[in-house]
Amino acid sequence: MPDNPPAVGAGGATAGVAGRSGITRDEVAHLARLARLAVSEQELDVFAGQLDVILGSVARVQEVAAADIPPTSHAVPLTNVMRPDEVRPCLAREAVLAAAPAAEDGRFRVPRILDEEA
Amino acid sequence: MSDELTRRTAAEIAALVAAGKVSAVEVARAHLDRIAAVDARVHAFLHVDADGALAAAAVVDARRSAGEPPASPLAGVPLALKDVIVTEGVPTTCGSKILDGWLPPYDATVTARLKAAGVVVLGKTNMDEFAMGSSTENSAYGPSRNPWDLSRVPGGSSGGSAAAVAAYQAPLGIGTDTGGSIRQPAAVCGLVGHKPTYGGVSRYGLVAFSSSLDQAGPFGRTVLDAALLHEVIAGHDPADSTSIDAPVPPLAQAARAGAAGDLAGLRIGVVRELGGEGYQPGVEASVREAVATLEKVGAAVHEVSCPAFGYALPAYYLIAPSECSSNLARFDAVRYGLRVGDDGTRVLEEVMALTRAAGFGPEVKRRIILGTYALSSGYYDAYYGQAQKVRTLISRDFAAAWRSADVLVSPSTPTVAFGIGERVDDPMAMYAADLCTLPASLAGVPAISVPCGLSEGLPVGLQVMAPALADDRCYRVAAALEAAAGRPLIDEVPPL
Amino acid sequence: MTTTLPPYEEVTTRYEPVIGLETHVELGTASKMFCGCPATFGAEPNTQICPVCLGLPGSLPVANAKAIEYTVLIGLALNCRIAEWCRFARKNYFYPDMPKNFQISQYDEPLCVEGWLDVETEGRTVRVGIERVHLEEDTGKTSHIGGSTGRIHGATYSLVDYNRAGIPLVEIVTKPVPGTGALAPVVAKAYVTELRDLLRTLDVSDVRMEQGSLRCDVNVSLTPRGATEWGTRTETKNVNSLRSVERAVRFEMQRQAAVLDAGERVVQETRHFHENTGVTTAGRSKEEATDYRYFPEPDLVPLAPDPDWVESLRGRLPELPAARRRRVAEELGASEFELQSMANAGVVDLVAATAAAGAPAAEARNWWLGYLTQKANEAGVEPAELAITPEQVARVIALVADGGLSTGLARQAVDGVLQTGDGVDAVVAARGLRRVSDVDALGAAVDQAIAAQPDVVAKIRGGKTAAVGALVGAVMKATRGQADATVVRTLILDRLGATE
Repeated sequence: MPDNPPAVGAGGATAGVAGRSGITRDEVAHLARLARLAVSEQELDVFAGQLDVILGSVARVQEVAAADIPPTSHAVPLTNVMRPDEVRPCLAREAVLAAAPAAEDGRFRVPRILDEEA
Repeated sequence: MSDELTRRTAAEIAALVAAGKVSAVEVARAHLDRIAAVDARVHAFLHVDADGALAAAAVVDARRSAGEPPASPLAGVPLALKDVIVTEGVPTTCGSKILDGWLPPYDATVTARLKAAGVVVLGKTNMDEFAMGSSTENSAYGPSRNPWDLSRVPGGSSGGSAAAVAAYQAPLGIGTDTGGSIRQPAAVCGLVGHKPTYGGVSRYGLVAFSSSLDQAGPFGRTVLDAALLHEVIAGHDPADSTSIDAPVPPLAQAARAGAAGDLAGLRIGVVRELGGEGYQPGVEASVREAVATLEKVGAAVHEVSCPAFGYALPAYYLIAPSECSSNLARFDAVRYGLRVGDDGTRVLEEVMALTRAAGFGPEVKRRIILGTYALSSGYYDAYYGQAQKVRTLISRDFAAAWRSADVLVSPSTPTVAFGIGERVDDPMAMYAADLCTLPASLAGVPAISVPCGLSEGLPVGLQVMAPALADDRCYRVAAALEAAAGRPLIDEVPPL
Repeated sequence: MTTTLPPYEEVTTRYEPVIGLETHVELGTASKMFCGCPATFGAEPNTQICPVCLGLPGSLPVANAKAIEYTVLIGLALNCRIAEWCRFARKNYFYPDMPKNFQISQYDEPLCVEGWLDVETEGRTVRVGIERVHLEEDTGKTSHIGGSTGRIHGATYSLVDYNRAGIPLVEIVTKPVPGTGALAPVVAKAYVTELRDLLRTLDVSDVRMEQGSLRCDVNVSLTPRGATEWGTRTETKNVNSLRSVERAVRFEMQRQAAVLDAGERVVQETRHFHENTGVTTAGRSKEEATDYRYFPEPDLVPLAPDPDWVESLRGRLPELPAARRRRVAEELGASEFELQSMANAGVVDLVAATAAAGAPAAEARNWWLGYLTQKANEAGVEPAELAITPEQVARVIALVADGGLSTGLARQAVDGVLQTGDGVDAVVAARGLRRVSDVDALGAAVDQAIAAQPDVVAKIRGGKTAAVGALVGAVMKATRGQADATVVRTLILDRLGATE
């Protein structure tokens, strides 16, 4: 393992990394769809290039032999934090719907969910 | 008097107000005037809430007139609040277009505690969008500027709060720190900034970026000011399941004790891996001098090696984007915020995609895509899963270090403030600003940045890290360094 | 897509069904899973919401202790092992009824695992394995506007109500259940029935399928007889009643058999059950299975149920339905088969309560298994949901026993109670249902019947006494069944001067 952190801007060099670390334009397009992000063709090109470099750098975590190391999901060693089953005051509906992009009949209004052909 | 007031520390202002020598309203006005005078150049604030501030100040004054004791040791002191923290009825944008105009229907716990303490919130400050960035250049509303040199960044993501305090627009600021977003701006702006032990300050009402890393914390021009503010906002919150249920250690007391200047018996570990290539020589020299100063006042210094720290950056840039890709999914044009493209012909999925495309900036989009990838089936183990293991190794490095050291030190960030525009097109170069701050974030331990000198006329910060729950140690050491320097570094900031 | 279905009886001669059930139960806590909003049903839209269940930016969840307790109780009652340590996880996907666009659920660390529930049906006991019981939050409700059916297809827009978002939901997943053969649909229904009774006994939910506090998805696959690998499984949703469980399984078995008979493959997909037609149709086609990108929920800390506490809960489990049925059967003196029939019809407790109210056990059983089950089916409800109480049924039985009501009149009395909600005696009085045996009162009706059917009269006078039945019938009709038939017969014969 290196003593020093990678130099500024030295992103892509990933000699000896286990596992693939590239990302294709198609993959980026697919991920953007999953994440409900519309991306233009030009953005796709730029992002794919940038993400490829970033992914190459973060893939370095795979260099670390950690087969028997437990993952940390919580920095605090807390367990069993709960609340009693008691009713507390709610928000006023007007206050909440006032922020809505569209509302009708006391409910949030959204465009149709399905395509007509579905 | 007005100019004088804005040059005062928070502790001094609180004492003046408590003694009746000046009214809280007068203090608030002085600072609002200062904002009006300089913020066009600094752009620290996204929203100035003059009415709210004056009303809060009036309450402080009324209490005093009625003979009641001050609500806290900071009653009447103005403060700049990072716009990632929810304020009821006051715009909260998180530096993003997607929340442009959103008025939260509730207060964050931090906000409520500030109000209860009689602290006067002047307004909401600029930040990198959704706390992602190290310069405020990712703000949808334009960058903030470093008062030391307006062509340079004030750091990020809490750059607006840092700029406000460094420009004397408020003696206190609140930022949030996920990977260094309080410490790095503090360092490049010549301020004190502290990231509490994870769980030490409530996250309820703090718009989430990376839930297992986010912490709100104080900015001040002095160590004591930061400690006083930390005491006001810290402590258990039943509304936050990850908040620690333990009494807040006496931080102001630790700051005062540190200022007395004797660190005999304290063992300081200098982290070998946080230096070398990529670090400006001037920064390293300044840090070395600071360490020598601490030795002079009694500390024992030695080098420690934390090999896993070299993997902090890749681990962080997997964990944080993963959590944020999930946390930001709620911005979908349905319940609040921006809605784009709803012309009656499109299905909801399309409207969501267009809205998010228009409402999020490129860095946010990059991290959402990266996070979605790292959590995907087939990739989870190699990326997110592996990063969480690296996190364990980093915690173990800290644990091993605590056997021989009471605190660990390093530069807060490898360089002084860089120029606006210099790193925006190179994400990896931007990420490198976090190299020093990431390990403490991943391990959840407290870390402070305290000014330790100038390099090329720009501030350098020393980072002091301590074991979990030992925030007081950070304040004590920082105060000792500050006392040894004689006067706060910020006094040397060029006038605006 | 083949449209002719093979007869059900044939399906299991060629194929072995494997079934599985996924049940979602809304817990009857006072407040929601992660916030203090009320968890009650039926409020005005969006009046039971707060920053947490609305997923407003900055909000954070805090787990409801009672919901966790209820989940452990359910796990214990289903003979599960309770996890020593487990976490919540985020299930990430976009849908407008999910405020955060992720659901806080559990993934690979459920609270309860590896249990079983015995289901008795048609004399057989089937041990249904329970894979897992875990805790999660419910979603809001979307209404689809503008289409012709109110369903999502063809809608022009939708409206969302988040009152239900965040209500605690327990998901119970069975292991696949092979070996049920032609009884698969019945076993599926019996499992859901038994599970529902168990949940009611534990008092953790009001388990009303029609209100959505108990929801069921049925999984069905067919294996050709003799094959070793199980077939492809489909999942069917929108199964909103016990009857629908049975019908959906049955239809899927037939449909899949038709597909396989034609040499085609069963598509692994989610299907939708249609209550009115009894068929399943394919849901929206998806290009790939959804990747939920599960990861441990960072806003909640792990659960580590204290073993002593778990044991104390086990000690507090009430008498579970199977044990109670055995005890009731003994008290009623019912045979195993009779118990089975009552259990299948869902009337064990009703019969027991009727007997407790004073009716003879056999009479109680006959009424509930007979006329009352018939009325329940006509109304499309469960017998327990009929608007008549066991005490009222016992009263009806008593009136029959003392001769005041004939069986026919008793049925009319029951109808009256169901229709009006009045008490038995009030209905009897209002409708004049008491059996009329007063000779004078009957005289007019008898005379009319005789006058109306001279040919029948001739037959009787000619010696065919049995023909009097037609005249008796006419009098019964004229008196709306209230006449005492025996008395009527005697009267008619007397008047005609005929003898038996």
